[in-house]
Amino acid sequence: MIPTNYYLILSAILFGLGVLAFVFKRNIITIFMAIELMLNAVNLAFVAFSQALGKSDGEVFVLFVIVVAAAEAAVGLGIIILTARNRRSLNVERVDLLKL
Amino acid sequence: MSGVLVIFFLLAALAVLGAVSLILQRHPIHSALSLILVMVALAGLYLLMGAEFIAAVQIIVYGGAVMVLFVFVIMLLNAGEEERTNFSKLATFGGIPLALALGGVIAAAIARSSGHLPPPAASGVMSSTKEISKLLFSEFVYPFELTSFLILVAILGAIVLAQREN
Repeated sequence: MIPTNYYLILSAILFGLGVLAFVFKRNIITIFMAIELMLNAVNLAFVAFSQALGKSDGEVFVLFVIVVAAAEAAVGLGIIILTARNRRSLNVERVDLLKL
Repeated sequence: MSGVLVIFFLLAALAVLGAVSLILQRHPIHSALSLILVMVALAGLYLLMGAEFIAAVQIIVYGGAVMVLFVFVIMLLNAGEEERTNFSKLATFGGIPLALALGGVIAAAIARSSGHLPPPAASGVMSSTKEISKLLFSEFVYPFELTSFLILVAILGAIVLAQREN
């Protein structure tokens, strides 16, 4: 059997990579994908804890996270389409209406 | 090393490789394909943990629905290669150390708390689909019903946002 720690460390690595992608990417779609990556990392930790504690509650939480992520993807991609139509660019540096 | 451990490291390496590739690729469609690799590897890890239902949902909802949506939007917007803008100094000298520090802090917390975690359950039968459905329709029935409402609102929001104004 694999120690729970291994899963948690993998989850931490994936979350860190997600943060890195979020900070570094310039394309608005790729930044959105980085958020999905972070959600996936959290899901992995949830399932690992659920297995370690011998309860299924964690897996129910994962189900809810997946549902919320799907809804978020639908709305977020709608916003991205709107932004791309208005600014004619997918580069986040060009979306600077709030910048002084 | 046991066979299970070998499979774990194989899938973990695949997931990390996909995540790194997501960062390094310049074209969004390549990033999307890398993300699909991560999701499939994670589904394999869920199977390894004995969470078959979550693995199936991961493949169908994430690998299927969400990623198809992503690829569809990338093609709809005809997204090309990422523009190379002059990198802000803040991202280079602040972003990398902070992201690494965040990963380090989380890893340290996990390493420190390893003694408090109970050993994993002997068999994977405890997290059967039956158990999840029982919980979902008894203890978590109220949030479960709320998610249907959330999806309805998300559908309406997506339609309102993406429709062409006239």
